Amino acid sequence: MFVSYKWLSQYVDIADQSPEELAEKITRAGIEVEGVDMPASDMKGIVVGYVQSREQHPNADKLSKCMVDVGEEEPVQIICGAKNVDAGQYVAVARTGAVLPGNFKIKRAKLRGEESNGMICSLSELGIESRLNPKEYAEGIFNFPNDVTPGEDALAALNRDDAILELSLTPNRSDALSMIGVAYEVAAILGRSVTIPQPNPAEGNEHAAEAVQIRIDAPEDNPVYIGRVVKNVQVGPSPLWMQTLLMNAGVRPHNNVVDITNYVLMEYGQPLHAFDLDRVGTGEIVVRRAEEGETFVTLDDAERTLSADQLVITNGKEPIALAGVMGGANSEVHAGTVNVLIESAYFDGQIVRAASKAHGLRSEASARFEKGVDPARVKAACDRAAQLMAELAGGTVLAGSVVAGEYAPEPKKVSITLDRLNTRLGTDLQMGGVEDIFSRLQFQTETNGDEITVTVPTRRGDITIPEDLTEEVARLYGYDHIPLTLPEGESLPGGLSPYQLGRRTARRYLEGAGFYQAVTYSLTSEKRATQFALEVRKPVALAMPMSEERAFLRESLLPHLMEVASYNSARQMGSASLYETGAVYLNEGENVQPKEEERIAGIVTGLWQEHVWQGEKKPADFFAVKGVIEGLAARFGLTDRLSFEQAGPEGFHPGRTASVLLDRQPIGVVGQLHPALAKEVDLKEAYMFELKLDVLLQAAREELSYTAIPRFPSISRDIALVVDRAVKAAELEGIIKEAGGSLLTNVHVFDVYEGERMEEGKKSVAFALTYVNPDKTLTDEEVTAVHEKVLTALKEKANADLRT
Amino acid sequence: MEEQLKQLQEEAVKKAAAAQDLKELNDIRVAYLGKKGPVTEVLKGMGKLSAEERPKMGALVNVVREAITTAIETKQSSLEAEAIQKQLAEESVDVTLPGRPVKLGGHHPLTRVTEEIEDLFIGMGYTIAEGPEVEQDYYNFEALNLPKGHPARDMQDTFYITPELLLRTHTSPVQVRTMLKHAGKGPVKIICPGKVYRRDSDDATHSHQFNQIEGLVVGENIRMSDLKGTLDAFAKRMFGEDREIRLRPSFFPFTEPSVEVDVSCMCGGKGCSICKGTGWIEVLGAGMVHPNVLEMAGFDSTVYSGFAFGMGQERIAMLKYGIDDIRHFYTNDMRFLKQFSVHE
Ligand SMILES: [Zn+2]
Repeated sequence: MFVSYKWLSQYVDIADQSPEELAEKITRAGIEVEGVDMPASDMKGIVVGYVQSREQHPNADKLSKCMVDVGEEEPVQIICGAKNVDAGQYVAVARTGAVLPGNFKIKRAKLRGEESNGMICSLSELGIESRLNPKEYAEGIFNFPNDVTPGEDALAALNRDDAILELSLTPNRSDALSMIGVAYEVAAILGRSVTIPQPNPAEGNEHAAEAVQIRIDAPEDNPVYIGRVVKNVQVGPSPLWMQTLLMNAGVRPHNNVVDITNYVLMEYGQPLHAFDLDRVGTGEIVVRRAEEGETFVTLDDAERTLSADQLVITNGKEPIALAGVMGGANSEVHAGTVNVLIESAYFDGQIVRAASKAHGLRSEASARFEKGVDPARVKAACDRAAQLMAELAGGTVLAGSVVAGEYAPEPKKVSITLDRLNTRLGTDLQMGGVEDIFSRLQFQTETNGDEITVTVPTRRGDITIPEDLTEEVARLYGYDHIPLTLPEGESLPGGLSPYQLGRRTARRYLEGAGFYQAVTYSLTSEKRATQFALEVRKPVALAMPMSEERAFLRESLLPHLMEVASYNSARQMGSASLYETGAVYLNEGENVQPKEEERIAGIVTGLWQEHVWQGEKKPADFFAVKGVIEGLAARFGLTDRLSFEQAGPEGFHPGRTASVLLDRQPIGVVGQLHPALAKEVDLKEAYMFELKLDVLLQAAREELSYTAIPRFPSISRDIALVVDRAVKAAELEGIIKEAGGSLLTNVHVFDVYEGERMEEGKKSVAFALTYVNPDKTLTDEEVTAVHEKVLTALKEKANADLRT
Repeated sequence: MEEQLKQLQEEAVKKAAAAQDLKELNDIRVAYLGKKGPVTEVLKGMGKLSAEERPKMGALVNVVREAITTAIETKQSSLEAEAIQKQLAEESVDVTLPGRPVKLGGHHPLTRVTEEIEDLFIGMGYTIAEGPEVEQDYYNFEALNLPKGHPARDMQDTFYITPELLLRTHTSPVQVRTMLKHAGKGPVKIICPGKVYRRDSDDATHSHQFNQIEGLVVGENIRMSDLKGTLDAFAKRMFGEDREIRLRPSFFPFTEPSVEVDVSCMCGGKGCSICKGTGWIEVLGAGMVHPNVLEMAGFDSTVYSGFAFGMGQERIAMLKYGIDDIRHFYTNDMRFLKQFSVHE
C-alpha cells in the first residue's frame, strides 16, 4: 500500500511530522513502513512551459523545434523528439541546469545544428513508472490541463513534491488498505482527530430506482449491493490533482469516471465498479453464481470460462462482471459513455479469492474483498463516488440509491479485565491509561469495575478476542515500556536427551576423524531419490515441484554427498572427507506420513593421510572408511555387536563393499563408489558409507559399566594360517573366539599375505591371540590346552593349516 | 717406594686426562687400579714394611688411589657429556619444517549456530523437541489457527505432497505435538530446531530449504515481559552483552499479540550496511501463544498462557559470520566449510 503524505494530510493533521518521523512512528506502532520515497528529492529545475510554436526541425525528420514560454520575458527554443509535442500545450520543461532522476543533468546543447535550451519531459523522465502513466502520454511528453501557469514549479503541480510511504501490511491489518484506515491509525498514534468526508451528492429529480433494478440471487456470497446512477456524464481526463494522487498511490489514471471509482477505492478501501448503464442494456442487475462452463469476456479482452464457485454480475441475461474481480468488456465505460451505474457491494472474501485465483486476476479490488471490506462503508463510498462524478464529470446524480440486500453487522463487543491485561503483558497499567488508548483508536468503551468493554468498529474486523485488545494496548502503550522479566514458577532442568547427546557424539567423533559436516537438500531428482538407498521404496513426490531437480524426497544421503565431493574435486580440493546427518524419507503409502529415519553418511576421496615433505601419502581405501565405522561403533560400545558382510548393492564396487550389521541386522553399507559412476561425476576413487544413526543410537543407550583391569599377566600366541582365498577373516575370527572360550580376551589380524610365495588359491592370515585369566596367573599348560582346541577347530571348520 | 707411588699417580692422572673415549679410560682404570695393577702390587708389598712405616704407607696408597679414581671419574663424566652432546647434535631437526598433519574436521556453520542456541536455552532450563519434516496439514497449519483458505497461509508458500501432507513450513508443528503430549498440563519449556521448506526460488537471500529454531514456554502465568526478558538474555549471550532488543508489533496467526524482534546492530546504532542504516537488525518473530492454539492443543487458555518465538539459523549465521549468500550453506565448498572448524 502506497500512502501519499499529501493525500493523508486531508484527513489528519500531520503538518508537524516529517515523512520520515511519521514512517518511524507508524512502524513502531505495528504497520511496517518499508520505505519513504520523495520523488522530488533527486530532481530540480523543472517548470511548467507553454509551447507557443512548433515547427519541423530543418535537419531531422523526427525532431521538432519548439518555442516555449517558461514564464520569462523571452520564450526559449527547445528541440523535442516526442511525437506528440505541439503548439498550445502546457508541458513540463527541464531547464538548462536542471537535474532529472539518475543525476541526469540538462545542458545547453545543439541538436543537428539547432540550439536547445532544455528538455520537454515525459512522466517517466520525471520518475513516474511508465505503467502508471495515463495511456495517451505513456509514449510521449505529458500535457498539463489548462489550469497551470508557465514558470510555476512543475514538480509541485504534478504532486512530485509529495512523500510516498510504502506500507507493508500483515494480513490482519486490511483496515489500513485505505487512506481513511491509515488516517485512523495515524490519528491513534499521534492522539489526534480524523476528518472523514461526509458525502452528500446533489440529486436530480429522476429516481435511480426507475433507471435500474437490482436483485441478488446469491445472498450468501453477496449480502448487499448498492447502485447509484449518474446521468449525462462527460467522460474525459480527471483533474490533475486526482491523476497525480492516483499515480502516487500506484494507480494508473484512465478517465474521470474510472479514476473516481479508483480514487474512492483508495480512499475508503471499498472497491467500486462503474458500468455504462446503456451498455448494460436491460436496466437490470442480477447477482448470481456463474453457470459451469459459462464464458465471458473481461475488460482486458480475455475470454474467461467460469465455474459454479464463482460469482457474476449479470444484466439478467448474461454476465457483465466477475464479482469483485473484474468488469466485462460488454459494459465497460468508454469515451462515449453518457450514463453510469456505480456498483458498491459487499462480496464474500472466499468467493472472490476463488475467482481471482482461478483466473490469475489479482487486483486492488479483489485483494480488498478477499481480506474483507468494512460493511459500514459500502453506502458512503457509493455516495462519495456519485458526488465526485457530479463535480468532476458534470453528471447528474439520480435521486436515491438502489439497494438490494442488507448487511449491517453489529459492531463486536469485546471485554477484558485490567488484571488480565496486566498479567498477560507484565505491566502495571491503570484503567485510565487503557481507556485513553481505546479513545485514541476511536473505539467506544464502557468500564465496569475492573472490566472494560470495547465496542470495536466494523472497520477493525481483526479485533475479536481479549488478546486482540491486549495487542492494541501493547502497541500503542509501546513495547519499549514493557519490562524485562523471566518466567516464574516451577523451574525445569534443561538438557539434551540421550539420543540428542548421542547424535552430537557421533558428529564430534567423525569431525575428530577428519570429516567436515555437509548439509545438503532433502529434495532431489527422481534418479537421485533412490540411488544408493539401503531400502528402495517408491520415492515420496511433491505434488507441484518447482523443478525436476527438487521433486522427490531422498532415500539416502549419499547422492548429494557424492555431488558435493564432485563439486569440490572440480575446484582442486582433491582430498575431501565429508559427512552428513539427516533424515531420509521412506514412503509408507498414499496420504501417510513417510517414515523418517535419521542417517549418518560419509564420503572420502583422494588422500586419507598426507605428509608432503616426508613423502608420505596414503590414499583412502576401503579399510580407512571401515575403520571409521568401527571406531564409531567402539565409541558407542558396540564393537562386539558389529559385523561386516561382503555385499554388492547397486552403485558400489562389487568387490569392495560390505553390508554393515548390528546384532546381525543390516544397518548400513560401506564401500567404494562404483568406478563407472565415479567417472560420471568426475571423481577418481571415492569411498562412502551410510548407517542408520537412529538404530545405532538406540542400541547404544545402555549404562556404561566398569570391568576391573586384569591383575594377572596375559599370554600372547601368534598364529599364521593358510586357508583358501575365499575364506573370510571374520569367519576365522569367529572360529577362534568360539573355541578360545573365556580365557581368550582378544584376537586380531596382524598380517595378510596373498602373494606368489603362496600355493595357488591360498592365502595366509595371521592372528594374534591374547589369553588372560582374571582370577589367577595362567600357566603355559592351560594356554596350550585352549590353543590346541583353537587350532583343531580352525582345521576342522575352515581347513586352516598353520603356515610353516 | 713413596717416590714410586707419586710417580704412578702422576702418570695415571695424566693418562686419564688424555683418554679419548670411555674404553680407553676403562683400560686405564684396570691398568692402575685393577687387581693386577701397580697400586695393588704396592699394597701387596706392604708386608715387608716395618710396623711404623706400614700405616703411613697405607694412608699414602689410599691418597694415591683416591686421586687416580677422581681423575678417572672426572674424565668419565666429561667424556659422557661429550658423547651426549654429539648424539644430540646428530639428532637435531629443522623445527621450522611443517609437522605431521592431524586431520581436522568440523561442524557445518548451521550446526554450529544451532548448537550454540540449543546450549544457551538448555542453560535456561529448556529441552529440545524434534518432529517430522513431512507433516500433516493439520499440525502445520490448522492447529496453529490457520484453517484452510485463511489468507495468512499465503505468507508461507508450501510444498504439498498431497492435499493433507506437506513439507513443514516451520517447526511449529513440533510445538503442537509437544503440547498435545503434555495433555493440558504445564509447564512446557522447549526449543524446536530443524529443517523447514518453502516454495521459494533459491537465490542469494532465499532458500527452499532452511533451518529454524522455535521456542515455546507455556505456564500458568507467562507474560509478554517474560518473552522480552528471555529474548534479551538470548540476544546478549548470542551477539554480545552490549546488545539490546526492540519489539515491533507484527502479525502471526498463532500468536496474539505478535511482534518482530530486532537486535541492535554491532555498529552501535550509527547505521551501517548490515542494518541498512537503521541501527537495528530483524532477527526473530515472536508473540504470546494465541488462545485458539492453546485450546486446540488441550490447554485451558483461561489458566495457561505462553510465549513462542522463532528464528532462522541461516540468517543468524549470515549476520554472525558476515556470509553474503545463503546458497553457500548448501553448496558445501570445502573452502567455506573449513573456516568454521575454528573454536571461538
Ligand atoms: Zn549497523
